[in-house]
Amino acid sequence: MDGNGQVGNGGTNSRTGVWPTDDTLIPDWIYTDPDVYEREVEKIFLGRHWNYVGLDCEVPEPGNYIRSYVGPLPVVVTRNTDGQVHVFENRCAHRGVEFCREYRGTADSFICPYHNWTYNLRGDLKAVPFRRGVKGKGGMPADFDMSAHGLRGFRVTTRGGVIFATASDETEPLEEYLGPEICAEFDATFDGTEFKLLGVHRNILPSNWKLYQENLKDPYHATLLHTYLTTFGLFVSSNESNIPTDRLGRHGGLLSRRPEGRPDVSEDEQSNMQAFKQTMELNDPRVLSFFREFDSKWSGSVLTIFPTLTALRQTNILNTRLLVPRGANEFMMIWTVFGRADDDEEMTRHRLRQNNIFGPAGFLGIEDNEALKFLQDGLRKSMPREGLALLGDDDEPTDTIITERAIRGMYRYYRDVMGF
Amino acid sequence: MATVLQDKARVLREARLDIEEFNYAYADTLDRMDVDGWVEYFTDDAFYHVVARDNFESGLPLGLIYCEGKAMMKDRAFALLNTEMFAPRYLHLSITNTRALSIDGAEIRATANYTLIETLVEETSRLQQAGRYRDVFVRSADGGLKLKERICIYDSVMVENCLVFPV
Repeated sequence: MDGNGQVGNGGTNSRTGVWPTDDTLIPDWIYTDPDVYEREVEKIFLGRHWNYVGLDCEVPEPGNYIRSYVGPLPVVVTRNTDGQVHVFENRCAHRGVEFCREYRGTADSFICPYHNWTYNLRGDLKAVPFRRGVKGKGGMPADFDMSAHGLRGFRVTTRGGVIFATASDETEPLEEYLGPEICAEFDATFDGTEFKLLGVHRNILPSNWKLYQENLKDPYHATLLHTYLTTFGLFVSSNESNIPTDRLGRHGGLLSRRPEGRPDVSEDEQSNMQAFKQTMELNDPRVLSFFREFDSKWSGSVLTIFPTLTALRQTNILNTRLLVPRGANEFMMIWTVFGRADDDEEMTRHRLRQNNIFGPAGFLGIEDNEALKFLQDGLRKSMPREGLALLGDDDEPTDTIITERAIRGMYRYYRDVMGF
Repeated sequence: MATVLQDKARVLREARLDIEEFNYAYADTLDRMDVDGWVEYFTDDAFYHVVARDNFESGLPLGLIYCEGKAMMKDRAFALLNTEMFAPRYLHLSITNTRALSIDGAEIRATANYTLIETLVEETSRLQQAGRYRDVFVRSADGGLKLKERICIYDSVMVENCLVFPV
């Protein structure tokens, strides 16, 4: 899927990374150039960042494991017999086999199928068959050090049941990494509640991973693309909203409060929304019922945690989305949907009903995925130029909704890290 | 004894033929994107669930689509036809390997395999879903069938971009 950055490209930008001086312009090549992608792996995913890899409720018991990713790199997340979570590369230290092939499971060790090298739940190498050879011949060198040939591990931190990994020794503590504004909103959802896994969606999006983060930093599109929101009164632009970012601009939040009763959509607002239809009632209004369960004024909270996590709390939908880049032009999305451990059967069913809104067949999910596919097609196939992120001001009040401030913020940070 | 077994086999075979007719009409309705018509294949209290096979086998209830009752299906049909933005496409749903498993009064338990091939503008046709239905049909007084439950368990866990229409 890679390598289309050059189509129709007469300039030098795509390989030299000259960013326009005007920071409302975002050059196409950051979404399509395979060299930029390789640099992201080094500077971002293996750099000084906390990469989300999973939730405690996916590995609740000792021995539980899941497949996951740090950037594009396959990892295994395990819970050891002592309760500690470990994250290590899903790549045998011997020849490089991606040995863990199950979505999730329970194990006391991992055995690479190729030559049966065996690792414990911490990723330590515990057994090498024929280490001493046969009949005194062959085998490993006498000085082979088992302890130096474990699976490459990542430093792990968890907060409120969310598991992060970093390849760097220099990454600051998570609280500092998130910054006070975003950490407060993160803690409002991940407040120490014990969660229960409801399931996982996976889909492939033919789009650059950064476009998904942009999409969830972009309140402008919400009521224009997502007619479902306005039609059924879930969100309109006049809702009380807030769009915090951290000091560096890399993380963001879209926070909104659904008003009681019918939404108030002004004529001015309606005239700006081509697809607006008078608010309708659902045949089954249970889908949109809201049971207040968190100590937060916001009924909707979408957090974009750099680089590849989005955490959503919308009415009673709780999910995380992990973006797994697969080259410049494609990423996989892993949606992990959960409830509270103490939900009764009816609350679980309520969450399952409400989850029709999100996911790869959800009313919003369909439209976001389609729009981002169309967007990547435009960036990949047309004559290269820049996209515009002009709306709003960088020093505006954070309750401004028709704005692209958070997108510009992310790219200021991105340019700094990438050296563009 | 032989006749009892033969009778049972005959009854299941007849049920299977009815279900095959039902499934061919069902697939045609969805190929035409007639989602309002799709709703009418279900009883009022029907359960319709599209669930990834890994979730299903792990006992995880999350659905790609999760409809409790026809009212939720009607809401999905309305949303698809009136609020959703998606690329134009052709749909090709094939339902095969149909089997009637057991009959209990008016209820028939059945399974079938299904594949959904999607074709987008200037793209090659691609497999969107490969899965298996676990069905409960009910026969009404006039002999017609309706689905009381259709659980669509898809092997194609990695969804290609998005699933727009039901299967």
